[in-house]
Amino acid sequence: MKYNVIDGLKYTQQHEWVRQEGGTAVVGLSDYAQDKLGEIVFVELPDVGSEVEAGKSAAVIESVKAVADLYAPVDGKVTEVNEALLDQPEVINQDPYGEGWVFKVEIKDESQLEALMDKPAYEEFIIKEEEEE
Amino acid sequence: MGEVKKTPFYDKHVALNGKIIDYNGWQLPVQFPQGLVEEVHDTRNRATIFDVSHMGEVSVEGKDAEAYLQKILTNDISKLKDNAIIYSPVCYSDGGVVDDILVYRHNIESFFLVVNAANTDKDYEWFQENSFGDVRLQNLSSEYAQIALQGPNSEEILQELTDVDLGEIKFYNFRADVSVAGVNSIVSRTGYTGEDGFEIYCKNDGASALWDAVWEAGEKKELRPAGLGARDVLRLEASLPLYGHELSKDLTPLQAGLNRFVALDKTVAFNGQEALKKQKQEGFNRKLFGLEMLERGVPREDYPVKSGEEEIGWISSGSFSPTLGKFIAMAFLDPEVAGQGEKVSVLIRKRIYRAKITKMPFYRRDN
Repeated sequence: MKYNVIDGLKYTQQHEWVRQEGGTAVVGLSDYAQDKLGEIVFVELPDVGSEVEAGKSAAVIESVKAVADLYAPVDGKVTEVNEALLDQPEVINQDPYGEGWVFKVEIKDESQLEALMDKPAYEEFIIKEEEEE
Repeated sequence: MGEVKKTPFYDKHVALNGKIIDYNGWQLPVQFPQGLVEEVHDTRNRATIFDVSHMGEVSVEGKDAEAYLQKILTNDISKLKDNAIIYSPVCYSDGGVVDDILVYRHNIESFFLVVNAANTDKDYEWFQENSFGDVRLQNLSSEYAQIALQGPNSEEILQELTDVDLGEIKFYNFRADVSVAGVNSIVSRTGYTGEDGFEIYCKNDGASALWDAVWEAGEKKELRPAGLGARDVLRLEASLPLYGHELSKDLTPLQAGLNRFVALDKTVAFNGQEALKKQKQEGFNRKLFGLEMLERGVPREDYPVKSGEEEIGWISSGSFSPTLGKFIAMAFLDPEVAGQGEKVSVLIRKRIYRAKITKMPFYRRDN
């Protein structure tokens, strides 16, 4: 696979990744998504303390040509946002699974996480999406 | 929708892993694997090759060709010499814009017009409707391919392929019947990037050989491919208007700041002359200005621009500028407010971002 998909993370159909750290979900954009978007030049973050809803837009990521929503993978309260991205949004391109994380959510309902894709399922999903292009 | 059209270079883009999109019915690359930002830097610092075969070409011939063009163009071509090119809007009688085009003069009875892809059919109808006397029009769009070779290394690359001394073709001049690697071409020192460079036209049957030759000659000079995405950003940095954004049937060339290309006092009456004269006298409530964001935020087309609580206009084109490292835009604004060098703001998804009025062009190359 041309794109990096990390084992141990969960993935959404909108190409967010989620890493569970205790009761917290760390959310970011997958390598595939950052590659499709191209050079990221702007990130709009949710407010800390705000409630996000699974499947609803929680952040906005913009490349030179495109505006993309980042959807919350689970319901919950935002506990932390990656403010470093405000000045260096390109970090998402450089390190999507590490320094490029976007926000953290306090998990309300763990079953929402279980419903997401694991690495093999997500890889299959990407292949299908590429074929449809 | 109409048919899906491919240019003669389609297979080259696929081989180079270009990301193909539909652009006004044409299958064209929006970017290549190095990415839009790199393509912009490559164009400014080295050279890039663009497929611009989607552009339309129309020949105008006959004894009345010059008089005819004087009637349909806002610019004055009476001083245009053989082998020279002029840029001109084409207007309706109300001053709205049909298209903005390049006019090549072969001789006083033979001209070659280059028009926007999306407007080609509409333009051709307009040209025919306005025709008179001894004027022969031909829509050659489907016969011609076009390469834009842009950037400081362009001349060196192209010179390897032709015996014609390119140093003698100055900006906005051209030569027809030039052999470029054996392919009969029109070589024109023009472009849509703000860099030095050439636009090379040939008939479709020579297109593949022409591309391969330019590509090979460019290898030593770090020639790279570039797509429509970079082309749009490059023209914005150079503050060049794009039909459908800075010009339209509802916007006049005067509003877009193209006064240099509107010969209001031309002795021959031209389409839109009266309306444009009147507009110049009376003024207008929206005029094109340059904007630079004072905080990070991407100004995009149609976003409202405000001064305090008052909405004073809209963004017509905007982007991150890789060359300047800034967020820039062109915007139609109330000249009474914007003319003061005011700080303004741009409404981006319900939030206000600070911006200032700035001079255009945003980028100008060192000569």
